[in-house]
Amino acid sequence: MEKYYVLILLFPLAGFLFNILIGRFVSNKVVSWAGVLSIFGALMVSLFAIFQVLSGKTIEYNLYTWIISDDLKVSFGYLIDQLTAVMLFVVCFVGWLIHIYSVGYMHGDPGYSRYFAYLNLFIFSMLILVMGNNLLMLYFGWEAVGLCSYFLIGFWYHKKTAADAAKKAFIVNRVGDFGFALGIFLLFVNVYALNYTDIFSKIPALKGQTIDILGFSVDLITLIALLLFCGAIGKSAQIPLHVWLPDAMEGPTPVSALIHAATMVTAGVFMVARLNPIYGMSEIALMVVAIIGALTSFFAATIAVVQRDMKRIIAYSTISQIGYMFIGCGVAAYGAGVFHLYTHAFFKALLFMGAGSVMHAMAGQLDIYKMGGLRKKMPITYITFLIACLTIAGVPGFSGFFSKDEILWYAFASDKFYGKFVWILGTITAALTAFYTFRVLFVAFHGDFRGTQHEFNHIHESPSIMTIPLIVLAICSVFVGYFSIPHFLEPVVGKPLITVSHEREKFVMIMSTIAGLTGISIAGYVYLIQPAISKKLTESLSGFYKLLWNKYYVDELYDFIFVKPTLRISEKFIENFTDLKLIEGIVNGIPNLIYRLGLLIRPIQTGQFQQYAIFMIGGIIVFILIILNI
Amino acid sequence: MNEEVLGRNFKSFELKKHLIISFLIIILIGSAILMFGFALNQLKFPVLSTLIFFPVISASLIALIPRDKEELIKFSAVVVSIIEFILSIPLYLSFNKNTAEMQFKEEYLWIPQWGIKYSVGVDGISILFILLSSLLTILCVTVSWNEINKKIKEFYVALLLTHSAMIGVFMSLDIFLFYIFWEAMLIPMYLIIGVWGGPKRIYSAIKFFLYTFIGSVFMLVGILVLYFHTGTSDIIALTNKSYPYKMQLWLFWAFFAAFAVKVPMWPVHTWLPDAHTEAPTAGSVILAGILIKMGAYGFLRFNLPMFPEATIEMKPFMMILSVIAIIYGALICLIQKDLKRLIAYSSVSHMGFVTLGIFTLNQQGIQGGILQMINHGVVTGALFLCVGMLYQRTHTRLIAHYGGVATVMPAYSAFFMLFTLASIGLPGTNGFIGEFLILLGAFKAWKLMCILAATALVIGAAYMLWLYQRVFFEKINSEFLKHIHGYGDLNTREILTLLPLAFVVLWVGFYPNALLSFMDVSVKELIKHMTLTVGALK
Repeated sequence: MEKYYVLILLFPLAGFLFNILIGRFVSNKVVSWAGVLSIFGALMVSLFAIFQVLSGKTIEYNLYTWIISDDLKVSFGYLIDQLTAVMLFVVCFVGWLIHIYSVGYMHGDPGYSRYFAYLNLFIFSMLILVMGNNLLMLYFGWEAVGLCSYFLIGFWYHKKTAADAAKKAFIVNRVGDFGFALGIFLLFVNVYALNYTDIFSKIPALKGQTIDILGFSVDLITLIALLLFCGAIGKSAQIPLHVWLPDAMEGPTPVSALIHAATMVTAGVFMVARLNPIYGMSEIALMVVAIIGALTSFFAATIAVVQRDMKRIIAYSTISQIGYMFIGCGVAAYGAGVFHLYTHAFFKALLFMGAGSVMHAMAGQLDIYKMGGLRKKMPITYITFLIACLTIAGVPGFSGFFSKDEILWYAFASDKFYGKFVWILGTITAALTAFYTFRVLFVAFHGDFRGTQHEFNHIHESPSIMTIPLIVLAICSVFVGYFSIPHFLEPVVGKPLITVSHEREKFVMIMSTIAGLTGISIAGYVYLIQPAISKKLTESLSGFYKLLWNKYYVDELYDFIFVKPTLRISEKFIENFTDLKLIEGIVNGIPNLIYRLGLLIRPIQTGQFQQYAIFMIGGIIVFILIILNI
Repeated sequence: MNEEVLGRNFKSFELKKHLIISFLIIILIGSAILMFGFALNQLKFPVLSTLIFFPVISASLIALIPRDKEELIKFSAVVVSIIEFILSIPLYLSFNKNTAEMQFKEEYLWIPQWGIKYSVGVDGISILFILLSSLLTILCVTVSWNEINKKIKEFYVALLLTHSAMIGVFMSLDIFLFYIFWEAMLIPMYLIIGVWGGPKRIYSAIKFFLYTFIGSVFMLVGILVLYFHTGTSDIIALTNKSYPYKMQLWLFWAFFAAFAVKVPMWPVHTWLPDAHTEAPTAGSVILAGILIKMGAYGFLRFNLPMFPEATIEMKPFMMILSVIAIIYGALICLIQKDLKRLIAYSSVSHMGFVTLGIFTLNQQGIQGGILQMINHGVVTGALFLCVGMLYQRTHTRLIAHYGGVATVMPAYSAFFMLFTLASIGLPGTNGFIGEFLILLGAFKAWKLMCILAATALVIGAAYMLWLYQRVFFEKINSEFLKHIHGYGDLNTREILTLLPLAFVVLWVGFYPNALLSFMDVSVKELIKHMTLTVGALK
C-alpha cells in the first residue's frame, strides 16, 4: 500500500513531461487539463495519505537505493508524517488553485504549455522536498525548486529584467546552498547517515562535542545547525540573502503566488521544523534563527511601507511573514512556525492572486498610485483582497490572527532570554504589517481613480476561472486557523517550554490586536481621511524615506562588494596577469629562449668548408693533446 | 524562400531517408554482432583487441574509398563507429563487478628478448572510458557531417585512429604499450586540430603537441627507470612491487609531469583553451571527452598504486593545486567573451574537481572523481556539440553576437539548458552525483579544501547561467539574426546526436549506481593496496 503514495510525485512529473514534450503540439485546452488534473491527482492521493496520518500512522517507504559509495548509502524514499501531511495539503491544494487561476491568467500567452510544464515541475520539486526521508532528498528538492523558480521568474525571458531576476534568484539561492551542503557534509561525517530517523537517533551522542576552527573550538551541533540554516536563509529570503525575492515578481503573478505561498520560500521553515531535534539541541542556533527572523520581519516591513509597486509590497510582506515563522522556530515553537506557514500560504496566495486580478484588469499596471476606486469595478477581487488584508493584519477571528498570536505568545512566554526582544519586534512589525497592507487596499481600491478615463473604462472584473480560486482561498483564509496545527504536529516537533503562566496569554493577544488595529487606523487616517498627510510625511522624512525606498541599498552594496570586484579580479588579475602574462609568458618564453640560444650558436654554422676544416683540425689537436696527457 | 534554401531542404530530406534506412540496417547488423559477441566472449574471443583494431582496419579501408564519394565515406564512418559501440556493449554486460582483477585479458609476447608484451585488459576503473569513447566517437562523426568540408576522408580516418589509440591507453597492461598508445594518440589529434581547426589552428596544434610531448618525455624517463629497476614492463607486476621512498618521489614527479599536462592541472593548463577553441567540434569533443581523462586515469593507474608513499606525502600539495584549478578556472570563465573558450576553461575547473577527488585518497573521493570524469566527458562533450551546432548556423563564437536564441531554436535551447544544469551540478543530473561525492571525500580528507572547492558551486552557476542568459534570453540580437536564416532549429540528425547524452545525464543523475557499481570493488582494492604497501614499508 505504502508504495502507491509515490503517485503523489508521479502525477506532477507526468504532467511536466506531457506538457514539455507534447504540449507544444496540442491545444491550450489539453495543456491546461493536463496541468490542472495532474496536480488534482496528486492532491487526491495526498488526501489519502493525510487521512492515514490523521489516524495516527506514519508512512515511510524506500523506492530504491540512490547512491552507494563506501559508508554513504542514500535511498530514494519518502516519509509522510504529521509535518509532511500539513505541507502536502498546502502544496497540493494551494498549488492546485494556482493552476486553475493560471488557466485564466495566462490565457493567450505564447508560452502556455511551457508555463504549465514548469508549474508542474515546481510542484513535483516541492513535493520531493517535503516528502523525502533523508537530507539528500531534501537537498534535491531544495535545488530543484530553485531551478523551477529560475525558469518561472525568467519565464518572459525576452525581458532583460526578468532574465536578470531569474539568474539572481538562482545564484543567491546557491550562496545559501553552499552553506547547506557543508552542513550536510559536517553532519554526515559525524553520524554517517543521512536518513532522518538515523540522524535523530545518533545526534544526541554528539552533544558537547566541539570542532576546531582556526583555533576556536565551536560546538559541533551548533555549527551543523547554523550551516544548514544558511540554506534556509537563502531559500526563505531572510537577511542577508533576501535580495532575490522582491525581484522574483518579474515572473507571471500566479508564479509569485506559488513561490511565496505554497512552495519554495517556506522550505526553510519546513527544514528547521523537520530537523528540530538538531536545532533543539543548540541554544545558539535557535537564537540565531529567532533573531534573524525577527530582524528580517521588521526590516522587510519597513521597506514595504514606502514601496509603490503592488507586487513588490506583497513580496516584502512575504519576507516579513517568513521572519515570523522563524521567530516561532527560534523559540522552539516549531508547531507555531509551521502553523503560520500554513495560514500564510492561503492569505499570501490570495493577496498575490488578487494583485494578479488587478493587473489583469489594468493591463499590467502595478503602481498603486495609478489605481484607486477599484472596488466598484471589481467587487469580488475587492472583497477577497480585503479578507486577505484582514487576515495578514491579524484581526481577531481570521486565521492569521491565530497563527501570529501563537508565535508571539510563545516568544513572550519562552524560557529563552531573547524571547521578549523578538516579541517586541514582532508586535511592532504586526502594526507595520497592518499599516502597509491597508495602505495598498485604501490607495488601490478606495478613493478616486487616478488614471485616464480610457483606462478606467477598460477596468473589468476577472473571469470566473480566476475569481473562483480567489473566493475559495478567501474562505480558507478565514477558517483554516480553527484547525490547531501546533497540536497536530506535537508528535513530530514536540511542545515548547513555557515559563510564564497562561493567564498572560490574554495580555499578548490584546497587545497584538491593538498593534494590528492601530496599523489599520493609521492607514485609514493617512490614506482615506487626510491624504495630504502622507505627502507631508514623505517630505519631512525624505532622507529616511529614500533609504527605505532604495531598500537600504543592499543590492548596491552587494554589487559593490561582491559582483564588481570578482569580475575585476577575474579579468585584471587572473586572466590578463596570471594566465596571459605569467603562465603564457613562461610557456612561450621557453621556445623563445631556445630560439635565442639557437641564434647564438648559429654563426658557427656558416656553411664554409674551410672554416669547418679549421674547427676539425683544432678539435683533433685538442684530442691529441688530451690523449698524450699533456 | 530562395532556391538555395529549397535545395538544402531537399537535400536534408534525402539525407533523412538515407539515415532511417541505414539506421535500420545498423540496428539489425548490430544485434547480430551483439549476439555473436556474447557467444564469442564465452569462447575467449579477444574482444579488446577487436575494439582497438577494428577501427584501424576500417579506417584503412575507408582510406581506399575514392575521394569524391563523400556520402559513402561519411556513412561508412557512421557505420564503423556504431558497430564499434555495439561491440563494446558485451564488455558492459558481461563485466564481473565483484572482482578488482583485470578482465577480458589478452597477452602475447611482443619483443621477447626484452620481455615486453602486448597485453590488454580492463578493470572497473578503465572500462567506463572505453564505453564513453565509443559513444562519443559516433556523435563526433554525426556532428561533423556538414561541418567538415575539406579532406573529408582524412578527417574520418584520423577520428577513428584517435579513438583506437585512446581506448588502447585505457586497456594497456604493459607500460611500453601504454606509452606507445599514449603518444600515438597525439598524431591524429594534432592533425585534427591543425588541419580542420579554426583561424589560429596551427599555433594551437603546435602548442598542444609540444606541451603534452614535453610532459610525456618525463614519463618516458620514468618508464625506463621503472623497467631497468625491476626488469619487467608488466603494469600489474610493477604495481605489486615496492620502491624506496626517494625513488618513488622522483618517479611520482616524472609521471606527474605527463599526467598533469594532460588533465590539465593548474598551472600547465594553457594549451587547453587554445586547443579546445580552435579544434573542430569533433576535436573539442574528443579532447574534452576522453583525451584529458587519460591524465587523471594515469594518476589512478600509476601514481597512486605504484608510489603510494609519495602520493600520500604529496596529497596536500595535489589537493591545493586542484582547488586552485577549480576556483581559477571558474573565475576566468566569468569574463570569457568566446563561447567555446568559456566551456574550455570550465573544463579546467571541472577537471580540478576530478583531481581533487582522486587525491582525497578515499573511496568517495576517488569514485566521485572517476564518475565526474565520465560526467564531464558527457556534459562538456555535449556542450561542445551544442556550440558546434550553433556555430554551423552563424559562424560566430562571440557571446556578444547572440541573444534571444531561445525564441528561434526552442529544442536546441532545451538541450543546452539540460547540459548547463548538469554542468553546474544540479541534483537529478549526473553532475550532482560526481560533485557531491568528490566534495564529501574532500571534506573527509581536508575540510578547508572542500569549503574552497564548494565556492565553485556558486561561481559555476554564475558563469553558466550568465552565459545562458546572454546567448538564449533577452531580445533577439540583430547580429545573430543576420546569420541564422535558412537553418532553424535542430534537425533529426542533430537531435539524435544529443539525445543519447541527454539520456546519460538523467540516467546517471537518478541511478548513479549503474556506473558506481562498476568501479566500487576496483577502487576499494586500490585503496587497500595503498594502505597495505605503506603499512608494509613502515
